Amino acid sequence: MTRALMSGNHTAGYALIAAGEANRGARGCCSGVYPITPQTEIIEYLCAARLTKGAIVPVESEHSALNVCIGASINGARSFTASSSNGVLYMAENLFAAANYRLPIVMAVSNRTVGPPWNLWADQGDSLALRDAAWLQFYCESHQDLADTILVAFRVAEDARILLPAIVAQDGFLLSHTQMVVDLPEQGLVDRYLPPLELAHRLDPAHPRAYGGMTWPRDTVKQREEQQASMDLVPAVLEEALDEFADVFGRRPDGALTAEFTEDADTVLVACTTMVRTAREVVKRRRAAGEKVGLVKVKLFRPFLRDQFVQAVGSARRVAVLDRNHAPGSGGIFWTEAATSLRSRPDIVVQDYIVGMGGGNVTPADIDGIVDDVQQRGGSDAPVFIREVAV
Amino acid sequence: MNTAAAAVTHRPRDEALWRAGNGACVGCGMSLGLQWLDQALDEERPYLIVPASCAVVTPGSHPATAYGVPMVASTFAGSAAVATGVSRIARLNGETEPIVCWAGDGGTYDIGMATLSAAAERNEDVIYFCYDNEIYGNTGGQRSSATMPGVKTTTTPSGKTEPKKDIMAIMAAHRVPYAATLSLSNRDDFMRKMETARQTQGFRFLVMLSPCPAGWKSDPARGIELARLAVGCGLFPLYEVFDGVRYRINERPDGTPLTDYMAGQGRYKSKTIDVDAVAAGIAEQQAHLEALERAFPARGDE
Repeated sequence: MTRALMSGNHTAGYALIAAGEANRGARGCCSGVYPITPQTEIIEYLCAARLTKGAIVPVESEHSALNVCIGASINGARSFTASSSNGVLYMAENLFAAANYRLPIVMAVSNRTVGPPWNLWADQGDSLALRDAAWLQFYCESHQDLADTILVAFRVAEDARILLPAIVAQDGFLLSHTQMVVDLPEQGLVDRYLPPLELAHRLDPAHPRAYGGMTWPRDTVKQREEQQASMDLVPAVLEEALDEFADVFGRRPDGALTAEFTEDADTVLVACTTMVRTAREVVKRRRAAGEKVGLVKVKLFRPFLRDQFVQAVGSARRVAVLDRNHAPGSGGIFWTEAATSLRSRPDIVVQDYIVGMGGGNVTPADIDGIVDDVQQRGGSDAPVFIREVAV
Repeated sequence: MNTAAAAVTHRPRDEALWRAGNGACVGCGMSLGLQWLDQALDEERPYLIVPASCAVVTPGSHPATAYGVPMVASTFAGSAAVATGVSRIARLNGETEPIVCWAGDGGTYDIGMATLSAAAERNEDVIYFCYDNEIYGNTGGQRSSATMPGVKTTTTPSGKTEPKKDIMAIMAAHRVPYAATLSLSNRDDFMRKMETARQTQGFRFLVMLSPCPAGWKSDPARGIELARLAVGCGLFPLYEVFDGVRYRINERPDGTPLTDYMAGQGRYKSKTIDVDAVAAGIAEQQAHLEALERAFPARGDE
């Protein structure tokens, strides 16, 4: 076991390279890369890596970075890249192309507010804006979670039942530029965990295919139905991938949704990424004071597992959703999913809190305030915007 | 099978790269160009990367395709970048198939310019072939930066006022190993240049004037003749550039009046077109090329 003090960005870089290197016995790996704060250290890490059989290609834009991945992936390579903020949006049309071509590309996203006006700090408006691109979306809470989830993401994405690309997201700066001790997955174990990629529909001169020509409505619907069917299989395939991860590495990363202290909870917080860690401390403290407060961590946003979410909320009557994002005219994007999932329970409060937007610090006091607020509510109301308190 | 986006070729591979039954217009230069590409590559089977264009619409609709070689449709701006990924992995695996971008002028001169420039700068092992019909043909005929001055399009109803972008100068400035202009009126020259491209490593840029009866408002039967007149009047000079610095003119203007070329095309029927100014621009372009060839001639073995 190799333990190292690593930044989130270098942790992501390490995991991407380990996954790419694990395909050296097959058709190799490839990454198109382009810098943008706060993910730049990921692509610097990729460019410095020594690959047995791979190509890291520094290109002129994120649009091309993902297109290089698409070309490499459709030619059978394990492909990955990283981006943030406007970079994710600049590659937007190619995200759809990658998913429509059923290419298991993995992208590490260091979440950052979309501009202009320019703001370098964490919120999830970038990757969530692409939530309909048929990519899996994982949101990680720690450096270890990030390292492990990237490998799990390859495993799930490349599964013949899934064949969809995946985003593995971390909070910009809060994880990307902080350091924690990480158990780095050793190459030999990664080799065991990620078998050589055999993409059945890759380019083959002996069996030429045309990818992406004109498609009529009927086939377009069929294609979407197939994507939906694969999304529906993600929970089961993910569980298998986590079991296998535990067998190989001796630890089991968290799954799609994690319920903590919810059995008898009256009030449940819903959160993801680093906010989970703060919320967990608040919940523990209030539990110690005898309050029936619980926490549901959402790690897998796409697909959003509605039934499991309802189950995780349990018998709670007040649900406070923490959204580090905002869809103007609708509300928080996680809240939209939560409220839709809980539509069979109109009796309970599902309140939306827009918090930490633009990278604002989310403090224990903020979360205490949210718990206090939701506990005195008689019904759900418009989203509550919580501004960072100036230090 | 999760391959809904991939249409399967049902015929054996020894048939044409671009088969009968495609939906290209009568007299389409792009369609003929694909057949000549096939003949030029002979036994070699390329991978085609095709951005949004007629070349991605006319092969037919899923699950059928007129392409008899692997074809990947890229987003409009992206062919040279997708080709980069395909090429890098092919070469990593010892595969030598030519990787060919097959793009129109919109996907080359305009929306694909940054991607093209970057792939050229990286000297990717790719043949980039632009079939230039000087118009957004697939969307019904809008101006591009490849459109000649004076030409009427749906977005320049009174005639375009700007000159055509000099794509060859731009590509030469990247110092790519090989860049050349090709015409359907000069088959031997076309085949020789394709062979040079095939035997050259790195980024190769080819541009062909592609008659488009629908966009040019011309007689479909006169496409080759129009291509010949374009070379003859100097509007589309045939030349090649080695390493971006050594020039060879392959055919010089033969005195064909510009008006002979314009006469058969409705797109040039504009009251505001200044034929003398267009002719002066062509003469200047030729003089510039002649000076470049004199100063920086191609080597005898090229």
